[in-house]
Amino acid sequence: MNLSILIAQWNYVIVIALMMIGFYTVIARGNLIKKMVGLNIFQTSVFMLYISMGKIQDGTAPILSDDPTMIYSNPLPHVLILTAIVVGVATTAVGYALIIRIQESFDTIEEDEITEALNEEALAERLAEQH
Amino acid sequence: MNFLLHAPILQIVVPLLVAPLIILLRNRHIAWGLAMASTLATFLFTLHLFLTVNETGEAIIYELGNWPAPIGIVYVIDVANAYVLPLIAGVSAIATFAARGLVNAEIDIRDHSLFYAAWMLTIAGMLGQVATGDAFNIFVFLEISSLSAYALVAIGAGNDRRALPAAFNYLILGTIGATFYVIGVGLLYMVTGTLNLVDIAQRLPAIGDTHTGFAALAFISLGMFLKMALFPLHFWLVPAYSYAPSVVSALMAATATKVSVYVLIRILFGVFGVDFPGMDSLLGVVLLGLGVAGALIGTVAAITETDLKRLFAQSSIAQLGYMAIGLGLATKSGLAATFINLFNHALIKGAIFLALGAIAAQLGRVTMSNIQGAAKQIPMTIAAILFGGMALIGLPLTAGFISKLYLLRAILEEGAWVVAVFTVMSSILALIYVWKIIEVAYLNDRPKGAPVLTETPAQWISAWVLVAATIYFGVQAEIIVDAAFSAADLFIGGNQ
Repeated sequence: MNLSILIAQWNYVIVIALMMIGFYTVIARGNLIKKMVGLNIFQTSVFMLYISMGKIQDGTAPILSDDPTMIYSNPLPHVLILTAIVVGVATTAVGYALIIRIQESFDTIEEDEITEALNEEALAERLAEQH
Repeated sequence: MNFLLHAPILQIVVPLLVAPLIILLRNRHIAWGLAMASTLATFLFTLHLFLTVNETGEAIIYELGNWPAPIGIVYVIDVANAYVLPLIAGVSAIATFAARGLVNAEIDIRDHSLFYAAWMLTIAGMLGQVATGDAFNIFVFLEISSLSAYALVAIGAGNDRRALPAAFNYLILGTIGATFYVIGVGLLYMVTGTLNLVDIAQRLPAIGDTHTGFAALAFISLGMFLKMALFPLHFWLVPAYSYAPSVVSALMAATATKVSVYVLIRILFGVFGVDFPGMDSLLGVVLLGLGVAGALIGTVAAITETDLKRLFAQSSIAQLGYMAIGLGLATKSGLAATFINLFNHALIKGAIFLALGAIAAQLGRVTMSNIQGAAKQIPMTIAAILFGGMALIGLPLTAGFISKLYLLRAILEEGAWVVAVFTVMSSILALIYVWKIIEVAYLNDRPKGAPVLTETPAQWISAWVLVAATIYFGVQAEIIVDAAFSAADLFIGGNQ
């Protein structure tokens, strides 16, 4: 892989960079809100993957005209991504709603503190089980 | 009847439209009535599809909005998904029947209609994933069923706040899985220029050995491994199943992972095909290896659990391992074994979780200590769990036996002795956790001062309908075996 290929396909470089930043944030961050932000970045990278693959060099917006020689971008990925954006918004909404409920009942949105509370409850249950 | 021509779409549209209707009416009795009626109607539609497809032997191609295939989205009902659809719709109808009592016991009365709305959406989403012939449409339905499933798991927080982190983890991992799937579909679209599954399958061989195609295969497989909870990507499943309301655990344990297994089969075998470059190592090494590991580790984990919902959730990991082994063999009989297992396991797990629900509705949680001596007080409910457990081990006269028989036969056809030994070992180990339940529930006396358990036929009938089905399909196995082999034939024709 030489540098010119990377530069020629710079859109994919951005997509992969965003994808990894998002994915890493989801895995490595303990704060649930930061996890959701990471998830959004991860999903956005996929939107960009689709949108950039539909782009055709010198192509304009895909609007019907009488000129048969007009070059236009492929509109299908755009439409798909409209759906994916809606799905992403819904996922984010459900995720934040869950975070609010977690904050209300655990008094924290830090993953390690929640895990600690869960472990204590599991331990208490095990002890109750033995008696 | 003419409207039955529209059965491929009606089975999805009916539950999908009932969901907003339930929210508008906001009456919990009407909500259940509508849910029950629509799941029954859906079951009849899917049964009609199954019978029609098996009678004519030809796939039904339903063009949405009368737009033909390359432009519009088509639903293709062939022998493979006509076999899966009635299973999902049937189990959904039975679970909806059980929901009447379980929802009253476990969920805040104000949330009932919202619960049924999410319930209908998740059912519609699962049926949609199976029925559609369009790769992106699968993603949309996958998210419809998953998003409502996250909400359904979270409703369990009314009983146990641990449902909330369980639902959140499920959301994170589920979304990652679905996004991986979309990345894979995008890469496939790049090289083939179509989203229609049949068209992709036709164009892929001409494209040959490309990095893009291989990356698409990897992304889609990984995404579906996450959604089907294949070991070691199963960590979301156990908490989600054990803290969700009982009836949600029953529906999800019975159907949700099976739908993902079906989608995986459809993409791996129906789109890429066994001859796709890299497929042999994906199936023979990854799926077979993870399947064996999952079958063993799931069973061992189940033995250590004292909470029965967690125990049977762990056993699902083992069962999904068996299904992965069937796929990993990459033969017709292996694929058929997975189709048989998929069907039987849905019935078995549905029965067990509905029976557990009847107990959880009274005790909150079902643990080894609080069901001590329960067999004397609630014989029918405990017997349903017992029959389910025997089917999980694979004892004769249960459907589980048929699953194990065909799986072992498929493994031995390939001469994979090591895999066969591990499969049998995992089945024998399953005996330990089922025996533990028998010992606690049947051989111990109910301790003094323990809450008195009660049961009425209304509480156990739904579990027993599924138990009866497991026994029926254990004795009259031809129907399922024939259907599974013709489904497998569709994907791996000719060889073997």
